[in-house]
Amino acid sequence: MDFLRPASWPEALAAKAEHPAAVPIAGGTDVMVEINFDHRRPEHLLDLGRITELREWDGDGDTVRLGAAVPYTRIVEELAGDLPGLALAGRTVASPQIRNRGGVGGNLGTASPAGDAHPALLAGGAEVEAVSVRGTRLIPIDAFYTGVKRNALAPDELIRAVRLKKATGPQQFAKVGTRNAMVIAVCAFGIALHPDVRGVRTGIGSAAPTPIRATAAEEFLAAELADGGHWDRRGPLPPALLRHFAGLVAGAANPVDDVRGTAAYRRHALGVLARRTLTWTWEQYRGEERTPTCA
Amino acid sequence: MRVTFTVNGRRQEADDVWEGESLLYVLRERLGLPGSKNACEQGECGSCTVRLDGDLVCSCLVAAGQAEGRDVRTVEGLAAEDGTLSPVQRAFVDAGAVQCGFCTPGLLVAADDLLARNPSPSDGDIREALSGNLCRCTGYEKILDAVRLAAARTAGTVDA
Amino acid sequence: MTPPRPGAGAARDRTEPGTGSTGLTPAGLTQGAGATKGGIGESTLRPDGVLKVTGEFAYASDLWHEDMLWGYTLRSPVAHARIVSVDTSQALATPGVYAVLTYDDLPAEAKHYGLEIRDTPVLAHGKVRHHGEPVALVAADHPETARRAAAKIQVEYEELPVITDEASATGPGAALVHEHRTDHYAGHVPHPNVLHRQPVIRGDADAAAARADAIVTGEYVFGMQDQAFLGPESGLAVPAEDGGVDLYVATQWLHSDLRQIAPVLGLPEDKVRMTLSGVGGAFGGREDLSMQIHGCLLALRTGKPVKIVYNRFESFFGHVHRHPARLWYEHGATKDGKLTHVRARIVLDGGAYASSSPAVVGNAASLGVGPYVVHDVDVEALALYTNNPPCGAMRGFGAVQACFAYEAQMDRLAAELGLDPVEFRQRNAMEQGSVMPTGQVVDAPAPVAELLRRVKARPLPPERQWETSEGPDVRALPGGLSNTTHGEGVVRGVGYAVGIKNVGFSEGFDDYSTARVRMEVIGGEPVVTVHTAMAEVGQGGVTVHAQIARTELGVTAVTIQPADTRVGSAGSTSASRQTYLTGGAVKQACEAVRERVLALGRRRFGSHHPAWATAELVLEDGKVVTDGGEALAALADVLGDEAVDVELEFRHRPTEPFDLRTGQGNGHVQYSFAAHRAVVEVDTELGLVKVIELACAQDVGKALNPLSVQGQIQGGTTQGLGIAVMEEIVVDPLTAKVRNPSFTDYLIPTILDTPTIPVDILELADHHAPYGLRGAGEAPTLSATPAVLAAIRQATGRALNRVPVRPEHLTGP
Ligand SMILES: Cc1cc2nc3c(=O)[nH]c(=O)nc-3n(C[C@H](O)[C@H](O)[C@H](O)COP(=O)(O)OP(=O)(O)OC[C@H]3O[C@@H](n4cnc5c(N)ncnc54)[C@H](O)[C@@H]3O)c2cc1C
Ligand code: FES
Ligand code: FES
Repeated sequence: MDFLRPASWPEALAAKAEHPAAVPIAGGTDVMVEINFDHRRPEHLLDLGRITELREWDGDGDTVRLGAAVPYTRIVEELAGDLPGLALAGRTVASPQIRNRGGVGGNLGTASPAGDAHPALLAGGAEVEAVSVRGTRLIPIDAFYTGVKRNALAPDELIRAVRLKKATGPQQFAKVGTRNAMVIAVCAFGIALHPDVRGVRTGIGSAAPTPIRATAAEEFLAAELADGGHWDRRGPLPPALLRHFAGLVAGAANPVDDVRGTAAYRRHALGVLARRTLTWTWEQYRGEERTPTCA
Repeated sequence: MRVTFTVNGRRQEADDVWEGESLLYVLRERLGLPGSKNACEQGECGSCTVRLDGDLVCSCLVAAGQAEGRDVRTVEGLAAEDGTLSPVQRAFVDAGAVQCGFCTPGLLVAADDLLARNPSPSDGDIREALSGNLCRCTGYEKILDAVRLAAARTAGTVDA
Repeated sequence: MTPPRPGAGAARDRTEPGTGSTGLTPAGLTQGAGATKGGIGESTLRPDGVLKVTGEFAYASDLWHEDMLWGYTLRSPVAHARIVSVDTSQALATPGVYAVLTYDDLPAEAKHYGLEIRDTPVLAHGKVRHHGEPVALVAADHPETARRAAAKIQVEYEELPVITDEASATGPGAALVHEHRTDHYAGHVPHPNVLHRQPVIRGDADAAAARADAIVTGEYVFGMQDQAFLGPESGLAVPAEDGGVDLYVATQWLHSDLRQIAPVLGLPEDKVRMTLSGVGGAFGGREDLSMQIHGCLLALRTGKPVKIVYNRFESFFGHVHRHPARLWYEHGATKDGKLTHVRARIVLDGGAYASSSPAVVGNAASLGVGPYVVHDVDVEALALYTNNPPCGAMRGFGAVQACFAYEAQMDRLAAELGLDPVEFRQRNAMEQGSVMPTGQVVDAPAPVAELLRRVKARPLPPERQWETSEGPDVRALPGGLSNTTHGEGVVRGVGYAVGIKNVGFSEGFDDYSTARVRMEVIGGEPVVTVHTAMAEVGQGGVTVHAQIARTELGVTAVTIQPADTRVGSAGSTSASRQTYLTGGAVKQACEAVRERVLALGRRRFGSHHPAWATAELVLEDGKVVTDGGEALAALADVLGDEAVDVELEFRHRPTEPFDLRTGQGNGHVQYSFAAHRAVVEVDTELGLVKVIELACAQDVGKALNPLSVQGQIQGGTTQGLGIAVMEEIVVDPLTAKVRNPSFTDYLIPTILDTPTIPVDILELADHHAPYGLRGAGEAPTLSATPAVLAAIRQATGRALNRVPVRPEHLTGP
């Protein structure tokens, strides 16, 4: 095994080009578990720890460019306003120790269907900034997850950042686990209201081979909100609408039975999470009108 | 490979480190600092908790090479040079928060970090901050007592 | 990718063996000079506390020796298979590898070990019987070298059908897990795949059933729980010049290990010297051997010190677990709420090897009715041999599984009769003088009704504690940080349970402990040294031994010697027995020391004062004092340069085996009782549970150290909570393979899952026991689980016949 320690981003890209099988290591919270438990023995480990720009984010304009290795702790502390869905998801990840190391780049690199960033990234409509010595491309998040723990990165590419529009409306994230902290999702759900475009986006975790959106549910809801004049009226949402939305979210999932939970339960729970998180976001949306921003 | 970093203020060097070794392994097996514990080596228990450049981390999930040039603080560095225990150390002993003690070093580093950031945490804050540290012996009640005691003593609201 | 040799040139602060706390031999723990009196009944602090908070306390996995090698165990990837061939040549050829051992390398005639039945092969031979069974050993210069070499050992397995439950174990044509059984249970069991069977029959259950106004029957399932001690199995074996070996290890019972290790090594017991190193929790999981023999074999073969440390994955295969069980119960009662009879059948899965299954069966059978007076009882408990992971001791063993089921039955029967569940229990509660289903008379306090009254009388925690001025605090809600509810669907429930556990080793076992106590003058002050082989696993035995010595000998400075095999056996740190047994041995040894010191005093100073001959004398504050409080002489003067040294064995009163057909017999030494009230909040839509409070009342006879007793009760309670709502080793029923051997998927409670645990300690003396004490470690683990289940049932209205209860059991059809 070789340990590569690039001191700069160009060096990192060059190293990845030279050793396409090298395993990047950022926070190490996925990679090191695999090494400690003898699940992985790469020829090269590519440490991204010395590349400061991966740990930075900037929020000029209407987009946040979030460095791949900004740890969850900072996302929770610094980005709860601009990226509330991701910040909420970040707070549910593991423990303080893990949140101090792990970040979105690693979550995307692993591309586990149980990764908590994914539902928030899907709901937020993120783009993944994939870079190689050949150049930069922006991969829409919908095209990023290509299979169980597989993603759209080319072998010579590294994730530089993710780009997310700053929230224009309320966002929520909830995950079910069988413990009250430190738990991998049995299933998870993220939702973002985008009042600027009168749209809704969602993300489902741990209930299909990859993280997915509940597209039919989104379309249904967007249509109902528009047809019913709800965006402007800001009244409570009819229970039947909530129920139907929940049913469509549950229907979008394609879960399996495993040690963490049954497929039937996952489907059921997703419906409950969908209904609750839509209620919370909508109540917040309604409240924002009644109590204009206090800031 | 060779790895050089600072531990508890002292420069340390380890040679012939296998690239797959963790910071925890280097501390325990190469530097003679076995205070940080190895209960799971998968980030789940927090018994290996140290501070890395000030951040609370699981040393079992830091590759040895990632510690190069950095500043590491372990449980061995909590007490004063003359051996005087730090407030959390004293409080863990006094409150009965130690049974087998295998979780203790990690909990101490985490509790110390919490109190540095938040000198008067609520019970909810303590529970959230320590949720990455498993203890199998105590049922956590005396650990909560210990953190409350350390906070109160530091604030001067109870006798040290 | 060749891993380098370890350590060359690296900084080393580690001390060599015997010279300090991080050396191999722990230094004695001295405490007390100048401190408060620190006798029994006080919450004195742990003597090892400071070492444990500074990181200096040396656990087994911390040991290090110049030139040491790393041992590694190759384990079976399948549960049941014939081993066709093993080829170690490539592994042996790996640079850095010093030895590769298989069954064929075992040096002695004896090739098996076991606590009671020696049915466990040191390394698999011909066959593997469970997933993770050790097949070969490697010693190498670095853990990674050892792992890579082990991966090169070629083992050809021919898989066999797996035996996983009662049907596959005892059905027609079932294959045998062990083919030629010769153990002493083999003669009376109904099938060779039944390891042991114990009925308990009293009165006439059929006739009593006819008198019942209400009868409830139920079938219950108890999942496989893991001890999940945090300190992984580890130890260091150092070959000695005399051909023997020194073993430093984390265990629960040094002498039992020794008796199993020495024959397999082909060494006399005095050539295997064992020292306890720091133990990171045990809970029953270290009663069986793990790396002990393997480490010694490698050390003797290579002539070098060998360290073995399991990682968490391996730890799940490295020790026995709590028996999963299926329990069928029938309870009957009259209209006025008196139990008529109990019938039960308890099937425990012992897995592939015996471990302590026989004792678990004995407990389940004899305690299977619970702390209630029932005249007509027909109970049968048995343990199966299967290809599932071996099961053995875990806190409360046998009694835990039964308590979950009989307490569920008590609630159902109360509901059937329209009675309050606590009231119903109290009407049937046993008390001092009651007769157990085994015919044994309970001849010490049994405050079952009182314990229930106490937990019930406690004010309930306020509702909706999660509501704050800034909105809901998810940390206080079901789902916790995962943000699943802001109060929606949340329903509160309250449940009660009480349990009974035996203390000490039962059924005629010669249960004893040895203590050596020495008093001498050092630096002008009297100092007491206590030496036992008791395994301190965190329970606080070392604290209590010093307290006993202070109380009995009036000396503040007490040194606790490291536990090793230079002193006689202390028995196991299990069965809630160590304070009773080794505490009792220390007490008795102190008494003998006191008599000798007084004799010495009489010889030296008897002529100076008549009280030497006439008064009752005690030792207090370093002096010989009359019962009237008059000081006669300083201990330092009495002793001079003489040392008084006593080693003796202490036994509890003898017990009897249970009759194999009827289960009658005075099988137990002492009973221990605890009751819980659980308050839970359940998100009834998602099936997520938050336990809000888990109050416990327990009779401990005498709390030698109240702080430690509370710690035991809170810790035991939390393990009971764990099996109620999350903990389970999931074994695939088709392959008998463990599906979740990690802390990612075997979940134990975090601090956010654990409620406040108020503890109410009763001290009703048992006059048969030292100081009237009652073993305290296990009882709280029994009743916590059924109390939580009762509370969840109340919140959800569901029957819930299985633990752990999972979200899918609380939702859906
Ligand atoms: C105890 C524990 C609990 C956990 N709980 C959760 C949880 O609740 N929710 C959750 O979502 N996750 C959880 N995880 C998983 C893990 O923490 C997250 O996936 C985290 O986001 C990984 O980030 P990292 O920086 O540590 O990744 P690393 O381990 O450094 O890398 C992960 C993967 O991404 C690749 N990678 C990293 N950075 C880049 C990059 N810039 N470009 C390309 N590839 C890259 C790596 O090669 C590797 O394949 C947990 C892990 C542990 C150990
Ligand atoms: S050993 Fe590092 S978290 Fe458990
Ligand atoms: S004291 Fe033993 S694990 Fe916490």
